[in-house]
Amino acid sequence: MRARVLIRPKAGILDPQGVAVERALPALGFGGVANVHVGRLVELDVEDEGQLDDMCRKLLANPLIEDYEIQTVSA
Amino acid sequence: MRLGVVTFPGTCDDVDARLAVAKVAEPVALWHGDADLQGVDGVVVPGGFSYGDYLRAGAIARFSPVMASVIAFANAGGPVLGICNGFQILCEAGLLPGALLPNKDLRFVCRQVDLEVQTTATPFTSTCEVGQHLSIPAKHQTGCFFGHVAPEQVVLRYAEGHNFNGSQDDIAGVVNAQGNVMGLMPHPEHAVDLLTGGSADGLRLFEGMARVAVA
Repeated sequence: MRARVLIRPKAGILDPQGVAVERALPALGFGGVANVHVGRLVELDVEDEGQLDDMCRKLLANPLIEDYEIQTVSA
Repeated sequence: MRLGVVTFPGTCDDVDARLAVAKVAEPVALWHGDADLQGVDGVVVPGGFSYGDYLRAGAIARFSPVMASVIAFANAGGPVLGICNGFQILCEAGLLPGALLPNKDLRFVCRQVDLEVQTTATPFTSTCEVGQHLSIPAKHQTGCFFGHVAPEQVVLRYAEGHNFNGSQDDIAGVVNAQGNVMGLMPHPEHAVDLLTGGSADGLRLFEGMARVAVA
């Protein structure tokens, strides 16, 4: 089973990377951009997808500051 | 009295931490892959970039064999001091409240900062006075403190104008509810000798730790 875990800063948490990107885009002429957030993508093959949530809470994300979203990908 | 200093792959401040410890106690080198704490009376988790800061600073280090022993030692009331990456590791391990986020300006910053002592009711600051300023170097890119922490657990704040990383409520250092585990982003181990540290204020924290470790 191929899985993809998207990890984002929680709403309301300082996200300086998102802010930096949001400010950079207009400088390149891209207008109308708002609410930019920068997170991480973890891709992995797992035998037991039931373990994914536990993996996210214990290691892949820090639930105090990050939200995660698990997507399973068909091969 | 013996204070252990942990070294992980990527740790870079263990040598200075052992030199600082040597001013107040016998330093003992502890290795990340060895769960044996060698009977030390306290543990320093020093700064650096353990496991390359992969995933999140401190996220991998907290699962090392030595940390299982450090967590048990802390839960039994033993004094543990986490500095910079050590602070990040103790937060990831759940020994301290909160988390460290990237600095608000995204830059690695290396500078001397003034810290204001908030409480002396911890072993580490028992040698200080409330309101006292400590001049200590800071050097990090992921030091913006965020978390829900009781007011009495805030030990050090950045003095006015010194909160360069955007930490919530100017928090620079916290303790756990029991008061035996402390973490801070600035580096007291780099400020134990006037010749190289800009001040020797950092020594206070090691003296306080040693005082309680003996008791």
